[in-house]
Amino acid sequence: MKLMDKNLGLVEVQKLEGHTDRVWNVAWNPAADGVLASCSADKTVRIWEQSSLTRSWTCKAVLEGTHTRTVKSLAWSPSAKLLATASFDGTTCVWENFATDSESVSVLQVHESEVKSVSWNASGSLLATCGRDKSVWIWEVLPENEFDCAAVLTGHSEDVKMVLWHPTMDVLFSCSYDNTVKIWWSEDEYGDYNCVQTLGESNNGHSSTVWSISFNAAGDKMVTCSDDLTVKIWKTDISRMQSGEGYVPWTHVCTLSGFHDRTIYSVHWSRDGVIACGAGDDTIQLFVDSNSDSVDRPSYKLLLKKEKAHEKDVNSVQWAPDKESRLLASGSDDKMVKIWKLASEP
Amino acid sequence: MRSGEKKMDSVLINENPIIYPKRPRRVRTDQSNTDEFSSTNRIRDIRDPEHPKLSLEDLNILTEESVEVDDDKSYVRITFTPTLPHCHLPTPIGLCLLAKLAQSLPARFKVDVRVAPGSHDKEKTVNKQLGDKERVAAGLENPDLVALLNKMMQV
Repeated sequence: MKLMDKNLGLVEVQKLEGHTDRVWNVAWNPAADGVLASCSADKTVRIWEQSSLTRSWTCKAVLEGTHTRTVKSLAWSPSAKLLATASFDGTTCVWENFATDSESVSVLQVHESEVKSVSWNASGSLLATCGRDKSVWIWEVLPENEFDCAAVLTGHSEDVKMVLWHPTMDVLFSCSYDNTVKIWWSEDEYGDYNCVQTLGESNNGHSSTVWSISFNAAGDKMVTCSDDLTVKIWKTDISRMQSGEGYVPWTHVCTLSGFHDRTIYSVHWSRDGVIACGAGDDTIQLFVDSNSDSVDRPSYKLLLKKEKAHEKDVNSVQWAPDKESRLLASGSDDKMVKIWKLASEP
Repeated sequence: MRSGEKKMDSVLINENPIIYPKRPRRVRTDQSNTDEFSSTNRIRDIRDPEHPKLSLEDLNILTEESVEVDDDKSYVRITFTPTLPHCHLPTPIGLCLLAKLAQSLPARFKVDVRVAPGSHDKEKTVNKQLGDKERVAAGLENPDLVALLNKMMQV
């Protein structure tokens, strides 16, 4: 694998200061280069933009006054016209034209307690939310920033930490304090969503809270991370599913353990195959499949470990969506957002 | 010695806790603020949620053995023993320990708080809650809980 041969390092490009409390999540604008959003326990969302002239990042907008408690998670719609935010105040807000005179905010208030995560499907037609009340909600996206409840999914026995739509199919994934990952699928576009699979300890799943999920670009592999200090890789036969054969189960590929010594909060798979993990040990670690160029079975190896990436826990890592930049954003308990570049060390 | 705090229609879980004799406190002369002794000092006087005149140390919920510090690794672990195996108060006690240490230890420290093995019926449940910083953070935003914790930390 070419990546393994180069002398690569994670170089800090810039430290973005501004949040006044821990940063829980970061999310890149999928439609515009150099735009990043972050959300925090300080109840605000900040939008950061890279200047095309100076190449440096500044805070372009602060979305405040709407959430009354911690903003835990945020997600841009695929067109980036809408930004959804999930808060401990129990609401999910969807912002349109934020920080302009035509700003409109829709407030979805259904969860009985803290909302932990929000995710858009690939086409932007569906929104999913989840929270401490153990439920997962699916919303149909209507014109004029309106939403209709399409499904309320119960099944997790504890707090649901994250929801994520598959990158190419309308299959929903959720992970929880109950140590499982659940997969929700609807037979047709009018059908109900049902839990078609649960990845738990009995099928090589995690033994403690699962915090985060991410898919590779092709959507045939998934990575999960947990309080059990491991990262797990899963796979499915995506072409069979896409050809309409019905649901094809995910199976465990391997477990990466012994790398982090505190809870791994966030995992993200880049378009060119690098898995980034952020953890409570203040490190960011990158993993790649050293056999990806060959027909051999995958073999995931540590590409690099960035010690003291932040002064405190790393809560979120996300690769920029474009193919060339190899930029990584991270958010931490130290209140900072950092931009990194995966590049050859001089 | 027994607690004299008996109220009419009392709903205390532990009406008559055992109160342990106070151990003499050693006077330190060095400047270190993160060794076991200091960690103990910061938390030993936290008030019991049910018996505000008594400290966690008075009730043997915390002893000097409760505190493990690895200064080089910037790690602290507190193991506390609830007075009764079925009481519902380990969570506020654990949260108070976490909150107090977060306030007073340098930022580099990682802190784990757990219930002493075998000392409580809901040991695994409580330990998992105390180990989930998102749950802890959300709990610490609850005004009633914050009021209780402030009462417990008044020294």
